[in-house]
Formats: sequence, structure tokens, C-alpha cells
Amino acid sequence: MANSTNSITVDGIDAAYGAVRVLENVSLRVGSGETVVLLGTNGNGKSTLMKCIMGWVRPTKGKVIAEIDGEKHDLAGLTTEQIVDLGIALVPEGRRLFPRQTVEENLLLGASRPKARAHIKTNLDFCFETFPRLAERKGQLAGSMSGGEQQMLALARALMLNPRILLVDEPSVGLSPLLVARTIDAIGQLKTHFNLTVLMAEQNFTQALRIADRGYVIVHGKIEFEGNSADELNNNDLIRQFYLGM
Amino acid sequence: MRTPAFILVLTAVAAALYFTFNFVGNDYLFFAGYVVLQYIVLATAWNILGGYCGYVNFGSAGFFAIGVYTTIFFYTVGQKIDTLMPDWLIAPMKLIFPLPLPVLIVLAGLVAGIVGLGMGYLTLRLRGVFFAIATLALTVVMETFIVNWSFVGGSRGAYVIPPNEVPIFGNYIHFLFALMLLLVVIALTSARLIERSWLGVGFATIRDDELAAEASGVPTLRLKLVATVVSGALMGMAGAPFPYYIGYVEPASAFNLSYAVNSIAMPMIGGTTSWVGPLVGALLLGTLQQVATVTISSAVNLLIVGLLLIFFVIIAPRGIVGLYQDWFGKSRKGAKP
Repeated sequence: MANSTNSITVDGIDAAYGAVRVLENVSLRVGSGETVVLLGTNGNGKSTLMKCIMGWVRPTKGKVIAEIDGEKHDLAGLTTEQIVDLGIALVPEGRRLFPRQTVEENLLLGASRPKARAHIKTNLDFCFETFPRLAERKGQLAGSMSGGEQQMLALARALMLNPRILLVDEPSVGLSPLLVARTIDAIGQLKTHFNLTVLMAEQNFTQALRIADRGYVIVHGKIEFEGNSADELNNNDLIRQFYLGM
Repeated sequence: MRTPAFILVLTAVAAALYFTFNFVGNDYLFFAGYVVLQYIVLATAWNILGGYCGYVNFGSAGFFAIGVYTTIFFYTVGQKIDTLMPDWLIAPMKLIFPLPLPVLIVLAGLVAGIVGLGMGYLTLRLRGVFFAIATLALTVVMETFIVNWSFVGGSRGAYVIPPNEVPIFGNYIHFLFALMLLLVVIALTSARLIERSWLGVGFATIRDDELAAEASGVPTLRLKLVATVVSGALMGMAGAPFPYYIGYVEPASAFNLSYAVNSIAMPMIGGTTSWVGPLVGALLLGTLQQVATVTISSAVNLLIVGLLLIFFVIIAPRGIVGLYQDWFGKSRKGAKP
């Protein structure tokens, strides 16, 4: 019987776009069933870290290890398709839906992974149950929905993959404060329901900390602070300095 | 409309066209019509990769030429059986060769499809303009290869002598025209099938946002390879009857730039999101070019393409199909079956 440990370990990675160094010796760990938040303002390397995990950007140094159902995989040699196939889903920054496809088609496309196709019906029902709005609009083109609805669809699409590990890149981008709160709540609920391991990159730290177990602060491509609880992050000087200017 | 019904209607239209031309009795109609039909196949084939997936292929002429030279290769083999084959093989080979044109078309489709697969593996990791440049470069490589391959005529070119008469059809151009009509039916049916299947939805995600498609686990590379193979095979099939049509082929005519330019311009002018677009574009542009060839000069053809392309890019970027949808308010949602 395979155990159900699902974790991600990023071990000392460097990454660069050409000559521009973006990540420097970044290490972090997302333990099984944890929700870990990666805090940082724009341009500090949050998205690049996500891209390194998904195989879009190859680290020049270090390793990314994913443990899926107790089995360890080195992501360095894998293509994005293989990484997704392991059960790692990304909700990309800016949602990136397929705007000219309907809501339902977007969801079904999310289930392209062979292992997810077996559960397509249950997952679809669950998505429509969790986000009734999507059920109402399943025939509508995704591009014609509001920002909040699109974010829900992006989340739901990632869930259709039947993932073990969920990466969420800046879910708050372009949303009103109320919708940000709702989106964060939704991520928290889904995490519990699917028993997911979640890594979320976010700049809105008050919202993110509501569901986070732990967190890291990334500044100029380096992990500057590791908070072992939401409280620790809350009372951290660095965060105050960065977010509140104190 | 269901696919069998669609094929039936299409075949009926094709047959009606054939008999109308036959009734008019002027063989020039068949010669001119053949070229237009050939462009419908090329434009439809280009659109499978270029329109549905958003990958602009500048190498249409290359795939077309693969079809042309597949025919020439097997034709030449047929001519030289006595010198090429060992004695015991000559008699059985004489039974098979010369290969009938429909068989050559299938062979050309296979060869072009395989080359498409190879080209896909080499180039599909490139995106946007880099992909377009790579396909153009591959065409140049293929042309150099053919120019230096004397078996198929090299830069001298090759003659293919079509039989004067064929059973049932009579005149050989009638037969070629009918074959091309059949290819049009096949091309349009495949394009429409793809468009309405999961393959089409997958292609559209690649066009809309390839990274997001990857993140959702859509097998993007495999889908793109399917598109290149289908598109390449159809282009090769369109090229296979060409030597029989023209009688004499040299590399410069088989790899002519006008094939690459027209097969891009026609879907752009017609509209790239549905199978109707390339059909309308090819009918319009192809007919216009044939009329211009007769009334002015064939040199003006590319000028016509250029002007129309500029006009449509500015006035109607979604092509004629897009204009129609704007005027009659038929959005995709309403049109969905």
C-alpha cells in the first residue's frame, strides 16, 4: 500500500533568464498536506520559482524533488507534460483560461491527464457543486466572464487534473478585495476537501496568511525569512518593513 | 449537420460542378478549375496547423513539392524498370508499374505525412516567427536536395506524359479535375471533423495559450504533431497529380513561392477559425487569379494577393467568415451544433 505523502522540496536552486539572475540558492519545503505561502512583492522571483517547479524554466543549479504518493521524483529531467502527469497542477498567474472555449470545455480540458480522465464525471460534479456560478454558466465562453468567476474557473480547471500538489500563482491579481478573500477561502476549502499540498505565491500577505500554515519571504531572488507559523510571519520585522513601510 | 450528410452534400455539389463544366464543354474551365481546387486543398491543409493551432507554416510549397516529386519518383521508376531491377523482378514489376494516379496520391500523402512528422519534431518546440522561419528554411533544404538529385530530373526538370484518354472520364483533364474534387471533399471533411472534435478544442487551446494548455496537461506536442502530419499529408496529396497536369516539372515550379504565399493568404482572407474560411478564400482568390491570368497576366497574381491581404488585415482581420458573423450576429455560441 503506497502511502500518501505528497511534498515538494526545492533544494538550493539558481535560475536565470539569460544573464539576468532571478533566483539565488533558493530552498524551501512544502510538507504533505501543508499550505505554504511564498510572500514577496513584484519582481522578486515568485513566478520564476513556480516555473522552475513546472519545468518551464530550468534551474542552473540545485534540485526540485517532488514526492507523490510516497514516491520521489527529480523534476529536473521531466517535461512539463510529465510533471503535470505526476499530479502537480498550476493555477497560473493572470488565470490564463482558454477565452474562446466554454466554461465546461475549459474544465474538461483540465482533465487531459490520463489519470484524471477516470474521475472526470465526479470531478466535474464537484466543481459545479463548489462553484455553482460555473454550473450556471457552463455554456458561456470563458473570456466573457468577470474576473472573479474566471479565477474560480482557473482553480476548478486545475482541480480537474485530480492533483496531489496544487501550485497557485498570485490568485489575487486583478481582483477586488472581496473577491480576493473569497478566492483565498475557496483555496482553503478545496485543500481540505482534496487533502492537497498547496504552495501559493502571493503578495497580499494578510489574505494569504488566513489559510497558510507556514511561509517564506522572498526578496530579490533569495529566501530572506522562513516563518514556521502564520503568527511568526505576522510579527516579522521584514514583512512590516516591506509591506507596511515601518 | 452530421458528417455522413455533410459528405453527401459536398459530393453532390462536387458532382454538380463537374457536370456543369462538362455541359459547358470548354476544357479550359477544367484546367482553370483544377488550379482553384488545388488551392482549396492547400489552404484547408494549411489552416489545420496555421488556423486551428496558430502555427504559421511557410513551408507549404515544400510539402506540395514532396507530393509532386513522389509522383515523379515512381513515374521514373516505372520508366526505368528494365535497368533498375534485377531480371527476375522485371516481369512482376511491369504488372504493378506504372502506378495509377490515385495510388500515387495516397503514396504522396504518406511521404508528406512522414516528412511532416519529422519536421514537427525538429521545429515544433519553436514558437511564433521562429517556427515560420524554420519551416521556410526546411523548404529551401528540400529544394536543394531535389535540385541535386538527378534521378528525379535535378534542376533539368522531369517530363511526365499523361495518357491521352482514360476510361469513363474520356479526356485526361476531366479525370484530374474529378480527382481534385475528391481531394477537396476529403480535405474539407477532415478539417470539419477536426474542428468539431476534441482535437479541435485541443488545437484551439494551443492557439489561445499554449503554456496554460501545458499546465492543464493538454498533450501539446502530440497534438501539434498530429496537426503537422494531417496538414502535410493533405498538401502532399494536392501536389501528387500536378506533374500529370503540367507535363513538365522543374524544382522552381514545384517549390514556387506562390504556393506558400497563397496557402497562407487564402485562409487569412477567408477566415482561419473554421473550415469555411479557407474554402471561401481559395475560391475567391483562386478564381480572381485565374481571371487575371487570362485577362491581364499571371505576373499580376501575387500583386492581387498582396493587395487583398493588406485590405483584409486592416478592414476584416477575422476574414470573410468573421465579417459575416459580425453582420449577421452569428457568434460561435449560436453556431455550435
